[in-house]
Amino acid sequence: MIPTNYYILLSAILFGLGIVAFVFKRNIITIFMAIELMLNAVNLAFVAFSKAHVAQGGQADGEVFVLFVIIVAAAEAAVGLGIIILTARNRRSLNVESVNLLKL
Amino acid sequence: MSAQMVIFFVLAIIAVLGAISLILQRHPIHSALSLIVVMVALAGLYLLMGAEFVAAVQIIVYGGAIMVLFIFVIMLLNAGEEERTNVSRLALYAGVPLAVAVTGMIAAAILNSRAAATAPAALTSTRDLSRLLFTEFVYPFELTSFLILVAILGAIVLAQREN
Repeated sequence: MIPTNYYILLSAILFGLGIVAFVFKRNIITIFMAIELMLNAVNLAFVAFSKAHVAQGGQADGEVFVLFVIIVAAAEAAVGLGIIILTARNRRSLNVESVNLLKL
Repeated sequence: MSAQMVIFFVLAIIAVLGAISLILQRHPIHSALSLIVVMVALAGLYLLMGAEFVAAVQIIVYGGAIMVLFIFVIMLLNAGEEERTNVSRLALYAGVPLAVAVTGMIAAAILNSRAAATAPAALTSTRDLSRLLFTEFVYPFELTSFLILVAILGAIVLAQREN
């Protein structure tokens, strides 16, 4: 039996690494991958909490939430990668620092 | 240390190493492959917890569909190595301390909490999950079909060339 705390701690570590990747990476595709990493970390926490809830006689609501998160992530990936293709076509670069039209 | 514990730590270390590798790799395709490692390790953890359906969906949708989309775009755009520019001062002085602080606070909250119930390895049957999905969560479920429809339209509109 593995305590739920361990899973939540792992989830927090993965989420933190996702934030670091999001802040540090310069490539727009890799930044998008960092967002997926954070979503995965949250999914892990959802499943762990769902299991703890089921152990106390509840329903497996958390696992249903995970399915919804995965659906939203898939929709997000489709639209986000479309935007990335457009940006790359217009800016001729994948570096986020070249996307500065809104900057003063 | 039970066998479950050993499997948990092995998978957790693989996941964390994959995430670190995602940050350190400079080529986007290597980052994508590292992310696949993380996702497969997480699917293993879901199986360890007994969430078999979620584990299968994780492999099929995340490891299969979404990452193939990523790799497809990387190859379509012929993305090369990341240019190592100076990280902006905002990222260095605000972003990293923020990330460390967020992780630290979450970890402290978890470690200070009373030991939560141990995650049992009992299987959530796919039947229970689908019953929940099609009764209690049927409206959100139907809404996601609209979401996917809008996402498809958005992707087509975004990706087409203007003539």
